[in-house]
Amino acid sequence: MDFNDTPDEAKFRVEARAWLDANAERLAPGERRESPMGGEGRKGLLERARVWQRTKADAGWACITWPVEYGGRGATAIQNVIWGQEESRYRVPPNMFSIGLGMLAPTIMAHGTPEQKQRYLKPMLRSDEIWCQLFSEPAAGSDLAGLRTSAVRDGSDWILNGQKIWTSGAHYCKWGMIVTRTDPAAKKHAGITYFIVDMQAKGVEIRPIRQINGASDFNEVFFSDVRIPDTYRVGAVNDGWRCALTTLMNERATIGSGQGFGLGIHELLQLARETDWNGRPALEDPSVRQRIAEFYIGLKGLEYTSYRTLTALSRGQTPGPENAIGKMVGAPLRQRLSSFAIELQGAAGATLDEGSTPLGAGFQHGWLGAPGLRIAGGTDEILHNIVAERVLGLPGEPRVDKDLAFQDVPTGRG
Amino acid sequence: MNFDFSEEQKLLQKTARDYLVEHCPLSAARAVLESGGTHDAPLWKGVAEMGWLGAAVPEEYGGAGFGPLELALIAQELGRALAPIPFGPSVYLVTEALLVAGSDAQKKRYLPRLASGELIGSFAFAERAGRAQPSQLATRFEAGRVHGTKWPVQDGAAAGLLLVVAREGDRTVLALVEGANAQVASEPQGSLDPSRPLARVRFDGARAELLGASGGDETLLAHLLDRAAVLAAFEQIGGAERALEGTREFTLGRYAFGRPVASFQALKHRMADVYAAITLASSNAYYGAWALSTGDAELATAACAARAAASDAFELAATEMIQMYGGVGYTWEYDCHLFYRRAKQLGVWLGSASEWRDLLVQRLAARG
Repeated sequence: MDFNDTPDEAKFRVEARAWLDANAERLAPGERRESPMGGEGRKGLLERARVWQRTKADAGWACITWPVEYGGRGATAIQNVIWGQEESRYRVPPNMFSIGLGMLAPTIMAHGTPEQKQRYLKPMLRSDEIWCQLFSEPAAGSDLAGLRTSAVRDGSDWILNGQKIWTSGAHYCKWGMIVTRTDPAAKKHAGITYFIVDMQAKGVEIRPIRQINGASDFNEVFFSDVRIPDTYRVGAVNDGWRCALTTLMNERATIGSGQGFGLGIHELLQLARETDWNGRPALEDPSVRQRIAEFYIGLKGLEYTSYRTLTALSRGQTPGPENAIGKMVGAPLRQRLSSFAIELQGAAGATLDEGSTPLGAGFQHGWLGAPGLRIAGGTDEILHNIVAERVLGLPGEPRVDKDLAFQDVPTGRG
Repeated sequence: MNFDFSEEQKLLQKTARDYLVEHCPLSAARAVLESGGTHDAPLWKGVAEMGWLGAAVPEEYGGAGFGPLELALIAQELGRALAPIPFGPSVYLVTEALLVAGSDAQKKRYLPRLASGELIGSFAFAERAGRAQPSQLATRFEAGRVHGTKWPVQDGAAAGLLLVVAREGDRTVLALVEGANAQVASEPQGSLDPSRPLARVRFDGARAELLGASGGDETLLAHLLDRAAVLAAFEQIGGAERALEGTREFTLGRYAFGRPVASFQALKHRMADVYAAITLASSNAYYGAWALSTGDAELATAACAARAAASDAFELAATEMIQMYGGVGYTWEYDCHLFYRRAKQLGVWLGSASEWRDLLVQRLAARG
């Protein structure tokens, strides 16, 4: 048992570090890397991210797990982790393109035509063209296959009508990947088709969603008689669910590999040390210590669990659905942590004033963002189902919609 | 990154599991619980023959010469089997204490007998209800003799060698007292888990010798407790895993409202929570085992985290087990109560989860 690289991994790390040293600057001690969330408001972030992406792409470091023919270097999953660890030590912009690169590109590689692969992957890799994902709808969230946006054939074209929601980056994207209903008379999963869509096409309207934290990381996208050619179709007609599953499996891999978000245990300890609690540092209060211990043990447990996952990757194994607990446990834990950190600040905890609120109001921002983390990319409830069904082998939910034509499935208020 | 046990270690674990499936079904714990005996003597002899009592003892002292990682996996399997034997006190504490701090003469005298199972070791620290503080102990070590009363002492009645925490003047020492001694009187106490009996032990000037040359100090005591905490955590995780497996199997077979009760989210989601608690406890325990095996200073915090997480996970798994079995889970006849009892008793032995959480943050704070 050790935490060391294998000789091959160590060699790869040296190689990655050498390139990074030559092309970027190391973060100063204590300096945090820029976050991709809420980032668009920051000046020029998108442009800086594109410049960095092109620098990497031209040297073959942009998407190292991609095959060489598409501009990657055919790297293994563990090499990708090592690359991510190394890159995170440098003062470089965050990756604003992970939806396309991490989720949509694998779908094109698996299900796209040779022409589609030829046309789309390289510009995506260089961020010359940025992509968004058009999956969720107002009435199709956890139950994604309940989607209703329609695509109707018209000669060699398709006409799209409907609404998508929770689309990140829709307003600066050139392309989207959309799942649509093409046969309402078929059973729910059987009448879905997957397309590429031009986000600048006539009839596409994008409206930002303002979240409870005031930021707008997502959009609603409306489609009104949007015409797209059949060459934009990915996979066979009515076989889109299979393609969507490829995207979703890669989404889980992308989210699962994300390191911690927001302030963590280190900052909580700092806060408890610096905050006055009956004339003493809060850290000296036993009730405070009990809570801090709970967060420490939970977060360390998640960190060490990720080491076990990395060990599996290092041995060439594929991590399974048990990885769902990272988000299932981590998101509510961080919500409770930020809530407690606000409590520690007493009445000042209610201030949201970067100048005077402790730690630049980081815990307050974390608390406002936390509810979203428990919903996005698989709600707490869906993740519990995944662990129960796919890890523990417990029975699936009773499905009243499974054998009905989609058009006959009860919809409630939508 | 190689944060896992080796293939050889896993093979050893599998051997342990197979052995215990055959020699330690749940009826073994039940038999001790119902008979009022001290432990399952044939099983104790069996695990000695398997080499587990001396797993971490060097061969020159009659052990198998493995290390803490192997011992941790054996502990996990004993936890799974709810083994009704004094393994924890004898191995995690007394044997480990001799290995860490015993004099060469003490090692030669006691380790072979502990490894062979001839001698059962026990650890006597607490003297009353509450969180034991070494500086507040009433038990004295004076001129080679121990005076005082300890309770509860896990396996105190079966012990042939007691490791006693006492005060000598104004310092804390660890002393070895042999159990077959007219000045040592053990009186059984009732326990939450009678498959693991407790005793009140009175020392009336019992002949004793200090552990090692000087008897150590509070730092040594804390270190020994940290080591034992990691190993106990593995035992707790084993018990928790078995409780969850039992719960899963039972609820899949039991139908209500025309479906397996395991298909209701009210149960599914809670089983997922139990699984997550066990996984996080297990990862914390892995880290503890790594620190234990490498002698890393991280042990001081890793042990706290492992122990608190494992105590909570086992209690959660056992509590949910009874609840999800429903009425039959509350009967004497079903085995759920064996897990419920064991989880709580193991959870307060060596200090409760609350104590370990408090200690964890004190140590983090001191680290700055």
